[in-house]
Amino acid sequence: MAQETAGKAGETWDETIVRVLKANDVRLITYVPDKVLAPLIKRLHADDYFTVICPAREEEAIGIVTGAYMGGLRGIVLMQTSGFATLPNALASLTVPYQIPMLMLISERGTLGDFQLGQVIVCRTMRPILESLNIEHYAIERQDDVEFITDRMIKQAFATQAAAAMILSPLLTSRGNKKNGG
Amino acid sequence: MQTHALSSAGRDAVKIMNRSDLTRRLVAKLKHEEAVIGGIGHTHFDLWASGQRPQNFYMLGSMGLAAPIALGVALAQPARQVFALEGDGSLLMQLGTLGTIAQLGPKNLAIIVWDNGAYQITGAQPTLTSTGVDLVAVARGAGLAQSVWATDEAHFEALVDQALKGAGPLFICARTDKQPPAGVTERDAAKIRTRFMEGLKVSTRGNQQTYDRAA
Repeated sequence: MAQETAGKAGETWDETIVRVLKANDVRLITYVPDKVLAPLIKRLHADDYFTVICPAREEEAIGIVTGAYMGGLRGIVLMQTSGFATLPNALASLTVPYQIPMLMLISERGTLGDFQLGQVIVCRTMRPILESLNIEHYAIERQDDVEFITDRMIKQAFATQAAAAMILSPLLTSRGNKKNGG
Repeated sequence: MQTHALSSAGRDAVKIMNRSDLTRRLVAKLKHEEAVIGGIGHTHFDLWASGQRPQNFYMLGSMGLAAPIALGVALAQPARQVFALEGDGSLLMQLGTLGTIAQLGPKNLAIIVWDNGAYQITGAQPTLTSTGVDLVAVARGAGLAQSVWATDEAHFEALVDQALKGAGPLFICARTDKQPPAGVTERDAAKIRTRFMEGLKVSTRGNQQTYDRAA
């Protein structure tokens, strides 16, 4: 297991995340699509290890992952910044009071060159919401940090029955892209 | 039997029943530690009042998420029958979940909706079902072929029996009156969650062991 979780040269961020999810027995994937997350979503769909669900709304995904956790199956919600902005009620009235280790992987839109005005404004709400709900969050900016941050945050979430928001910064996902806006 | 139980009248043609009574009729049939997710408001109050089974989960918030939570439990434990109890106002907030459930088709899941046409707990303001939204028609349109109005108490019990055979997903809608609930749930979220997980034989210690193994 230690070897399995050791860093691997030449991996892309999405490959690393797939490996970390498996190492932590996170089998249920729920997502509402995002262009930045697309390569990860494609990889998860192609892998029989995972059950992958794309519900209509992020709130629904929170409900599904909550039920699955209580039933003994670990899951995660993948979303973009605007999707996170639909979640405060579910997080404040379900995730936090019921102490659910809700794993969230959020692609950060609306910063560092996004062309979508709506994304830019909604992006400003994400960290204040996470802070006010006292939810652990961390932005991943470099490939070298992907494994350490995701693996540690997932383990901490389950060990402490608390949510974890893993934010994928454009510094990680869009560096080298010629086009702005992920 | 199946054809009869699942044949359905429209909303206007069915008997208006009592939520507390129907909840007790459901719970009386649960002999195999079936999981029940009680949606926000009077729905979970009546579930609580019907007897505090460890396999009951009571939602103190997150309106509209009873069916998604039940779906998650059903996916995690395919051998366990799971019921979601939800009010009409709550389901109207999260209609997309009907399509999600239809797509996945879990045989061990039944969604039961109490439709009294009102947001009863906030002062009985009318919901959209009171002016024409037929939730059974909506569920069928979302792809849940086994969606029915319970015509009376006996029919409701027959539908529950159908669900207990693992013939889901089932969507059962019952028209209910506006009587107050038979009790009030103890509002201790952490206790509700840990008791429910014990009832489902899932231990957080198991998660801790997973954590240790990977460390």
